[in-house]
Amino acid sequence: MTEAYKNLRSRADEIWADLHDPETVWVRIGTTICGRSINALGVVETFRAELARRGIKSVVSEVGCLGLCYAEPLVDIRTAGVGRVLLGPVDVDAVSGVVDNVIVNGNVNVPNVIGSFEKTIEGVPMMSEVPGWSNQHRIALRNVGQIDPGDSFQYIANEGYAALDVALSEKTPEEVLTEVRSSGLRGRGGAFFSTGTKWGFLVPSPGPEKYILCNCEEGDPGAYNDKGILEGDPNTVIEGLLLAGFATGASNGIIFIRHGHDGPISRTKEAIRQAYELGLVGKNILGTDYSFDIEVSLVGESYVSGEETALMEAVEGKTARPRSRPPFPAAVGVWGKPSNINNVKTLSYVPEIVRRGGEWFNDIGVNLSKGTAILCLSGHINRRGMYEVELGMTLQQVMDEIGGGVPGGRQIKMLQTGGPLGGLLSADKMDTVLDFEAMRAAGAILGSGGIIYGDDSTCAVDLTRLLIAFCQFESCGKCFPCRLGMTHLLDMIERIRGGEGQQEDLDLMRRYGESMQAGSLCGHGQLGFNPVQSAFRDFMADFLVHINENRCPTGSCSQYAANPMRTRPGPEATAFITDPYLRN
Amino acid sequence: MREVTRALLQEHENVAPRTTVLSCLLEVQENLHYVPEEAIVEVAKYTGHSINDVWGVASFYTNFRFTPPPQHMVEVCWGPTCHLLGAMDVLVAIQSKLGLEGEGDVPDGVIGLKYNTCLGACSQGPVISVDEKITGAVTVETALSVLEETLNPS
Repeated sequence: MTEAYKNLRSRADEIWADLHDPETVWVRIGTTICGRSINALGVVETFRAELARRGIKSVVSEVGCLGLCYAEPLVDIRTAGVGRVLLGPVDVDAVSGVVDNVIVNGNVNVPNVIGSFEKTIEGVPMMSEVPGWSNQHRIALRNVGQIDPGDSFQYIANEGYAALDVALSEKTPEEVLTEVRSSGLRGRGGAFFSTGTKWGFLVPSPGPEKYILCNCEEGDPGAYNDKGILEGDPNTVIEGLLLAGFATGASNGIIFIRHGHDGPISRTKEAIRQAYELGLVGKNILGTDYSFDIEVSLVGESYVSGEETALMEAVEGKTARPRSRPPFPAAVGVWGKPSNINNVKTLSYVPEIVRRGGEWFNDIGVNLSKGTAILCLSGHINRRGMYEVELGMTLQQVMDEIGGGVPGGRQIKMLQTGGPLGGLLSADKMDTVLDFEAMRAAGAILGSGGIIYGDDSTCAVDLTRLLIAFCQFESCGKCFPCRLGMTHLLDMIERIRGGEGQQEDLDLMRRYGESMQAGSLCGHGQLGFNPVQSAFRDFMADFLVHINENRCPTGSCSQYAANPMRTRPGPEATAFITDPYLRN
Repeated sequence: MREVTRALLQEHENVAPRTTVLSCLLEVQENLHYVPEEAIVEVAKYTGHSINDVWGVASFYTNFRFTPPPQHMVEVCWGPTCHLLGAMDVLVAIQSKLGLEGEGDVPDGVIGLKYNTCLGACSQGPVISVDEKITGAVTVETALSVLEETLNPS
C-alpha cells in the first residue's frame, strides 16, 4: 500500500465509521434524474427540516439509484434500532409519518416498507428476498445508492482506489492488462468487443500523448445506466480510466457527456476536482511516477456523437460525423493521437476486476458472455428500473422475476432491446438467454441494456415508425445510403401506418435496407434497417392488417405522429449573413 | 452583444481545460439560451476558425437555437418508452393548449415547445421538461397544470 493511499484510507474509514455511529440516523434518498423528476429533492428537504425540528442527530444524503425505480422516491434509513431498511415510494406528505414510525418509534411495519437489509423484523421481508433486489449481482453498481457520490472518501472507504493503489505499487501495466484480458470483459456500449483486446491495440502506439475516451453520450431512449453510474458513483469510472491509462500507457482521459444532463455532469466534474485534490488524478498519482489527467467534454444534442469516430470529431469541437476507418483510433484518434474508447459501464467493472482478479469475473456469466448486464426496464412493465444481473438469465426470467410482469393483466407482445437500432423481438422468443451471441442469433441485440416492453395494445407499425423517425432525425447526413435510405423508409412506413400502404412497399423497403446495410459509413446506417427488418420478421401480421384491411390492429396508429423539425436550421436561418465578405 | 459573448468566452477559457468551437457554442447557448449572429462571428474570431466552420457546427447540433428564446420552454419526450406510456396524448394536449401545430414558439413569445428524443428519466415516463426542470410520470392533467403554473404562477 502506498503511504498516500494509507492516509486517504484511514481518513475514509473514520468518515464511514461516523456515518454508522449508533447515535446517528443516516437517511439516504435516491436523487438521480428519475428521482428528481418526481420531487425526490422535496423529500430530501422535508426530511432535513423534520429531523432538525425534532433535534434528531442525523445525516441526510443524496445518493444514486438502487434500481427499484418503480418505488421511487426511495428512502433508505439506518438507525441503531432497526438497522438498515428501505422504504418507497415516500412522497413529501409521507415524511413526517416515516420519521415518527421508523426513526422515533422503531416501527418498520408501515405500508411503504420494501424490506430490511440487516435485521430480521417480524412482518417485514428481508431485502435478500425482495424480487428485483435479490436477483441482482451489483459489481459496476456496487456503490450506487449506498454512498454519497459527492464525497470521494465514502468511495475510498469501500475499497475505492484500492485496485489503483495495488496496481501502481505492485504491478506492471502488462499484469493489469492480463487481468482484464482473462476476465473476458467485453464492451458494454453495444458492440461487445473484447476490452482486453481493445486495450491491447493502444499499448504499442507511441506516446507521450495517448487518450482514453469514456463514452457517456447515451442517446438511446430507454437506456439510463451510464448516466445512472456517473450520477451515483463517478469514482468507479475515474478509477477505471486511471487503470486503463496505466495498462495502456495513456496520458489523458476524457469523459464525454451529452450537455443538459446536469446531474451526471456536475457529479462527474466534482468527483474529478476532488480526485485532483486528493492526489488520485494528475501528476505523480499516490506519490508514484504515474501521471494521468482527466477532463469532461460536453457535446450538443446528437445521437451519432456516441459513435466511436464521430465522438472523436465532437471532442475536437467539430460536427459529429464518423470518419472512415482505417486508420483506426488506436493509431489515429482525437487530434491525431492514439486513442481508445470505452463505455461508462465497461470502465465501471475494471476496479473490481483488478482488485479481485480476472478469474473471479470470468466465473460469472455463461459461454463467452462473462460478468453481468445492467438492464434498464421500462414501458409496460411493473417493476421499472435499473437492475444489474448475471448474464445467463432468460428474457422470460428478466420480465417475470425482475420486472414483475406486465401491468393491468395484459399480455406481453414485443420487446424493444438495445436502443432503436436493436429492433423488435416477439414475445415467443422470451426463452432467449441473456448472452450476446444468443441474443444476436434470435434477432435482437442486448446493446446498451435498455429493454422496452410493449403489451398487446401496441402496434408494431406504430412503434417501428417511431424508431425509424428517430433514426432518420439523428442521421448525420454524411453518407447518402443512410441519409436518403432513412428518409425513404420513414415516408413509406408513414404511408403504411396511414392506410395507404401496398404490398410492393414492403419489398421496396427491403431493397432500401440492403443498400443501407451495404453502403453506410457507420453503424447508424448499417443497423438502421434493423427496426424494419425485425418488425417484418416478427410482426408481419401487423403490417398486413394495415395493408390489406386498411386498419390498425390495436388502434395505436391513430395517435399523433411526432416529427421534430426534420432538417436542421435551413437557409432562412443563414439570412443574417448579409455581407458575403464579412471581415473578422 | 459582442462584448457579452467575448466576456463569456473569456470566462470559459479560464475555467475549462480546453476550448473548442463546440464548447464555446455550448457556453453561449447555456448562458444566453440562444446563439445570436454576433456570437457566431465572435466564436469564429476567438477560435481562429471561419464563420462557415462555426456555422457548420452550430447548425448540426439540434440543441442550438438562433432566434431569441421565449420566456419559457417546454420539452416533451417523444421516445419509445414515453410513447408507449401515453406521451402523444400529453403532447397533443400541450400543443392544443398553446395553439401550436408542432414545435415552435407562440406568437407573443411567452413560451415555446420542442420535442426531445430522450430526457433520461425513462423509468418515470411520460416525461416533460419545463424551463429545464424535468417532471416525470405526467398525465394530461398534471402536464397541463405544470404548464398553467408556469404561465400564471399562483
